[in-house]
Amino acid sequence: MPENCIYITRSSAIAARALGGEMMVMNSANSTFFTLNEVATAIFQAADGSTPLQEIVRDRICQQFDVDPDQAQADAEQFVSELCGHGVLVVSSRPSVAESRS
Amino acid sequence: MSLVSEVGQRAFDLGVPIAVHLDVTYRCNERCVHCYLDHDDHGEMTTAEIKGVLDQLAEAGVFFLTFSGGEVFMRRDFMELVEYARRLMFVVKIKTNAVMIHEEEARRIRELGVDTIQISVYSHRPEVHDAITKLPHSFERTVRAIRFLHDQGLRVTIANVLMTANSADHKGVQELADELGVHYTLDPTITPMMDGDTSVLSLRIPGEELPEIFHNPALVDNQDDYCAPPKPPSKEDLEGYSCSAGHAFCYISPYGDVFPCVQFPLPTGNVRQQKFLDIWNFSPQMNEVRSIKVKDLAVCSSCSHAGTCSRCPGLAYMEGSMRGPSTADCEKSFYRTGVPTANMLRHGLSKPRTTVPLIQIRPVAVPA
Repeated sequence: MPENCIYITRSSAIAARALGGEMMVMNSANSTFFTLNEVATAIFQAADGSTPLQEIVRDRICQQFDVDPDQAQADAEQFVSELCGHGVLVVSSRPSVAESRS
Repeated sequence: MSLVSEVGQRAFDLGVPIAVHLDVTYRCNERCVHCYLDHDDHGEMTTAEIKGVLDQLAEAGVFFLTFSGGEVFMRRDFMELVEYARRLMFVVKIKTNAVMIHEEEARRIRELGVDTIQISVYSHRPEVHDAITKLPHSFERTVRAIRFLHDQGLRVTIANVLMTANSADHKGVQELADELGVHYTLDPTITPMMDGDTSVLSLRIPGEELPEIFHNPALVDNQDDYCAPPKPPSKEDLEGYSCSAGHAFCYISPYGDVFPCVQFPLPTGNVRQQKFLDIWNFSPQMNEVRSIKVKDLAVCSSCSHAGTCSRCPGLAYMEGSMRGPSTADCEKSFYRTGVPTANMLRHGLSKPRTTVPLIQIRPVAVPA
């Protein structure tokens, strides 16, 4: 496993629902409201805390969408950083499933 | 247009029920003088049944979920239902009198990520509030709960229903809301009881007192626009719809009956007998409601208020026709702008005539 692996989990404070191919996301803690495009929705839906972001980009994004892998990884990291700033995603250097088992 | 409004419009266009109001019980610990509900339990849904409904609502695309009643905390499983709803990632709003909320409940509500809590407060004067709820010390308990919820950082709104007994108290309640650091909303609507008893309508504040509310800048934003004489309705107005009932919103009773809105007692199906989406998509009644455009309205399509009126099709239905006028809204349009409505003019009235709605939501299938 690469040393720079990051794992993303959806915050328990958020509400989310798909509408017409996009994901609506609301953070009840601060009432921020977003809609995510198709690519962002794929990352958000895969944010299970146990799948490395690199793997999500490789298996979900690059396979479904016609994007350059390096660019997709950079875009995904920026997207994750922004949503972490809004309290929608939580980033960890370790898988959350492994943590709960330890 | 805000992002939330844009999303709401998209749901409307796609026919997705983005918001649902679910009453989990009609039982209540208060006996408010104006309440329209029958507080006896005629066989409300079980915990498992409600969880099953929530699963179906999530699958149908519902995002905004309002839990209401009766008093929601009369159900011992209420927190379990909220927890389940949040696990399904709904935006959860709770309507309550808050009398049963203490520090522990407030903390749990915050932990569960509830979006907003709307709490009924009738007066800033304890004796007036308690006289309306008929529950001694209810004011004291409700205000204490608001402080607990606010201390948890939760968004709280005080809902101030106005009637004859408290019509002069809205300023005091608004000041109380400011002092508590919570939002304030006012509602002058009183509806008949579920059994058809219309005696509570005598509690409505007289129409002549409505201008004082509509023209009060402390209560209504954008006074100039809100109270301006109506512009002639545009083609878009006439091709549009009255409201989101049946288009992007519906109501489910504690007995599983589905209606277009909490204020629109047209039975469309029951989730104990049918899948929610089957009712939403295929109920003839639901489809009839969503087929009606403003241009199809018998009287209102020719009214100068057609583009700005808050006409409620549910109230119109209660008066006899979902395509007819809603006299309560005619009254509001008139007292808001001073311009008579088409419904008034056809009766040669210089002031609105208050008619009495005849139909109310009641259990469709009462178990034997």
